[in-house]
Amino acid sequence: MKHLLGVIGQPRAMLEELLQLSDSFAEVNARAIPKVPALRGRTVATLFFEDSTRTRLSFETAAKRLSADTLSFSVSSSSVKKGETLRDTALTLQAMRIDAIVVRHASSGAPWQLARWLDCSVINAGDGWHEHPTQALLDCYTLRRHFGSLDGLRIAIVGDIKHSRVARSDVWAFTALGAEVTLVAPRTLLPPSLEGWPVQVSEDLDRVLGSSDVVYLLRMQRERQHEALVPSLREYTARFGLTRDRAERLADRAVVLHPGPMNRGVEIAPEVADLDRCLVLDQVANGVTVRMAVLYKLLAGSAADPHDAVGDEAWGPIRSGGSDG
Amino acid sequence: MADLHTFVLKGASVLDASGRRSADVLVRDGFVAAVGEGLDAPRVLDAAGCIITPGLVDLNAGLGEPGAEEAETVHSAARAAALGGYTTIVGRADTDPVVDSAASVRELRALAEGAACRVLPSASITVGARGERLTPMAELAALGVRLFADDGVGIHDARLLRRAFEYAAGLGVVICQFAQEPSLAAGGHLHEGPWSARLGIGGIPAEAEEVVVMRDLALARLTGAQLHFRTLSTAASLAMVHSARRRGLPVTAEVAMANLLLVDEDCAGFDPATKFRPPLRSAEDRRALVGRLAAGELDAVVSAHTPHSVQDKEVPFDEAAPGASMLQWTLALGLSELTLGEGGPQANAVGLAELIGALSWKPASILHGTVPAGTALTYGVIESGAAADLAVIDPTATWILDPAAGASRSRTTPFAGRSLRGRVRHTIVGGEPMVLDGVAQR
Repeated sequence: MKHLLGVIGQPRAMLEELLQLSDSFAEVNARAIPKVPALRGRTVATLFFEDSTRTRLSFETAAKRLSADTLSFSVSSSSVKKGETLRDTALTLQAMRIDAIVVRHASSGAPWQLARWLDCSVINAGDGWHEHPTQALLDCYTLRRHFGSLDGLRIAIVGDIKHSRVARSDVWAFTALGAEVTLVAPRTLLPPSLEGWPVQVSEDLDRVLGSSDVVYLLRMQRERQHEALVPSLREYTARFGLTRDRAERLADRAVVLHPGPMNRGVEIAPEVADLDRCLVLDQVANGVTVRMAVLYKLLAGSAADPHDAVGDEAWGPIRSGGSDG
Repeated sequence: MADLHTFVLKGASVLDASGRRSADVLVRDGFVAAVGEGLDAPRVLDAAGCIITPGLVDLNAGLGEPGAEEAETVHSAARAAALGGYTTIVGRADTDPVVDSAASVRELRALAEGAACRVLPSASITVGARGERLTPMAELAALGVRLFADDGVGIHDARLLRRAFEYAAGLGVVICQFAQEPSLAAGGHLHEGPWSARLGIGGIPAEAEEVVVMRDLALARLTGAQLHFRTLSTAASLAMVHSARRRGLPVTAEVAMANLLLVDEDCAGFDPATKFRPPLRSAEDRRALVGRLAAGELDAVVSAHTPHSVQDKEVPFDEAAPGASMLQWTLALGLSELTLGEGGPQANAVGLAELIGALSWKPASILHGTVPAGTALTYGVIESGAAADLAVIDPTATWILDPAAGASRSRTTPFAGRSLRGRVRHTIVGGEPMVLDGVAQR
C-alpha cells in the first residue's frame, strides 16, 4: 500500500487492518510521553490548498508522535491563480525529497492526480465533495471502540450529503464493515443519483431517529440557503436538526457523531452537543491515533510489526513496497 | 516533365453520396476530370486498396489563432486537418478576439493563405459573443461567412435569439446554437448522474441541453430560420431535432466525435483529458448517438477540435479547460471504434457510408446550403466537373495514436495510445495533393 486516496470500494480487510493497527497506537497515545521513533528520519509534508486547521494539526501531531519530521505548505488560492499548476506544486515538493504528502484540496480528484505525478506516498486529507478517508477511518474506529463492532449497526447520516466528502467516505466504510446506513436529507441536499450506493434514504428524521444506533450529523453550511437548497437554516433545523426534543427520543444506546466544526443551534442543539452520548471529542482524539496508523502503514516497512517498532530505537526505515491504494 | 496539376488516383474504390464503386479518378486543374476504370495520366498516385471519398468537412474546429498561438495556429490546425482527411474546416469564432467584424474575418482569411486545407471563418452572432448586440451579419455574409455561433456560450436571451433568427433568415446564413442553459449547468464539470454523484463533481444534467433545444425549436418554428445545433450530446436532444425536421423545420444538428466514443464513466480517473463541453454523457446517450449515426440520421459529426496548452490540463478536473486535440484523429477514431472492422461483429456498428457521409457531404450541405437546381455544382459526388477535394483512405492500415507525432501544436487527448485502423493516405485540396502517402506537403 503506497497511497491512501479513498475508501470507496476498498475491501473490509484493508479497513480492518488499519483499525487494528490503530489499537497499537492508541496504546502509545495513552503513555506519559506519547512518542515512538517508528518514522524517525522520514519527512511528512502537509499540503493544504484549502484551510483546515484541525485536520492539519491532527496529521502533524500524528507524524510527530511517530518521530517524523513535518513540513507545512500553505498554498493560497492566489498563487494558484497566478498560474502555478497542480503539477508544478507537486514537483516542487518532490524536489525536496519528501516521503509522504498529506493533501487537502477543494477540487475532487486532486490527490489522484498528484499520485500519478509523484513518487512519494499521497494521503488524501479531503478532496472536494469526494472523499475524506482518514475521517471515515476515525469514525469507524470511534464506533468500533464504543460498540465493539460495526456489524449490524444502524447509522443515520443526516444533512448535506451532496456536498460532503465525509458522507461519501463514511457510507462506503461503514457499510464495508457491516453497518446499515440511511441517508436523511431533503432531495436538494442529496447527490443527483444514488445508483450503486449501499444505502437507504429518508426525508423524515423523526421516523429514523428511534431505530438508529448512530446519528451522524453533517455540518450545514450557511451558503446553502443562498443557493435555494434549503429555504432557511430555521427550517433546516426544524426538519433535520438534532434538537433537544429529538435527542430525548434517541435509543438508550444511541450515540451522536459529527465531523466538526459543529454549528451549534443549526444541525445540533448546544445542549445535545454536550451530552455524553455525543462522541465528538473522542473522534478528535481517535483522529490522531488513526492517522498514526495510516502514516505507519504507508511509510514503515510492510514486514515490520508495530508492536516491535513501538519503543524500539533500533528499528530503521524500510521503503514500503506494494501497489497503489 | 509531367504536368503536376494532372494526375490519376489508381486502384481504389470510390465512396460518395451516390454509393460505392471501383474506379480510378483523374484530376485536372483542380477538378475531377474523369471517373472510371482504366484511367491513365503521366502522374499516378497509387491508391491500391484505398477508398476515395469527398474531402471531409469540419463545421467545428477551434483554431487557437488569434489569441492562443502557443496551443495552435491556423496552419498547424490545417495541417492536422489535412492529415486527418479534411479538405475544409470552419474555424470557430471563439478566438481571442472573437471573430465578430469584417476586419477579423479578413484577418483569418489572410492567416489561412497557404494552409494545407481550406479554412473558412465563422463569426459570432453577437459582438464579442457577449449576448448583447448582433454582429454585422450582412457584411460578414458578403465576405463569405455562412455559420454564425456564440460558441461555448450560446444565446440565452430568447428575444435576442428570435431577432438573430429573423435577421439571419433573410441573409441565407445559419444560426448555430450552443445548447446549454447556464443556470442548470452552473458549477458542473461532468454529466450529472451516478458518476458525478460518486466522484463528487458538480454535474451538468442532460436537461440543461434539452431545455434549450426545446425552446430553440419553438423559436425556429416562429421565425422559419435555419437553425443548426452545435455538438448535441443527449438522446432526447437528437430525438427532438429529428422529429422537428420530420415536421419540416429547417433544423440540423452536429455531434462531436468524443461523445460518440466516450462516456461519463471514462472520467472516473479524474484525468482532465476526459473533460469535454458538452460533457461525456451516459452510456445510454452514447448508444443512442451511435444508433442515430448508424441509421444515417446525424447531419454532421464534428471534430470539435479544441487546442489547449499542456498547463490547461495539468490542473484539477474542475479547473481544467474542456476539449481535446481532435482534427487529425477524428476519422481514424471513427473508423476504428465505430465501423465494422476485420475484427468481427460489433454492437451498433456504423456503416462506412454513414460515417463518411456525416464527416463529409452532409456537413458540406449545411455549410454550402442546398445546391440550386440546374447548376453544375455538386457536393458529395465524385464525378466529372466536381471540385477535386478528395480524401484517399487506406482502411486497413493500423497504427497507434501518438499525440506527439501529430501536426497539431496541441497534444491533449484522452485517446493517446489507442490502436487505430484506417489512415488517410492522400488528401487532395482543390486538385493539389496536400498529403501524399501520409506526409503533409505544407
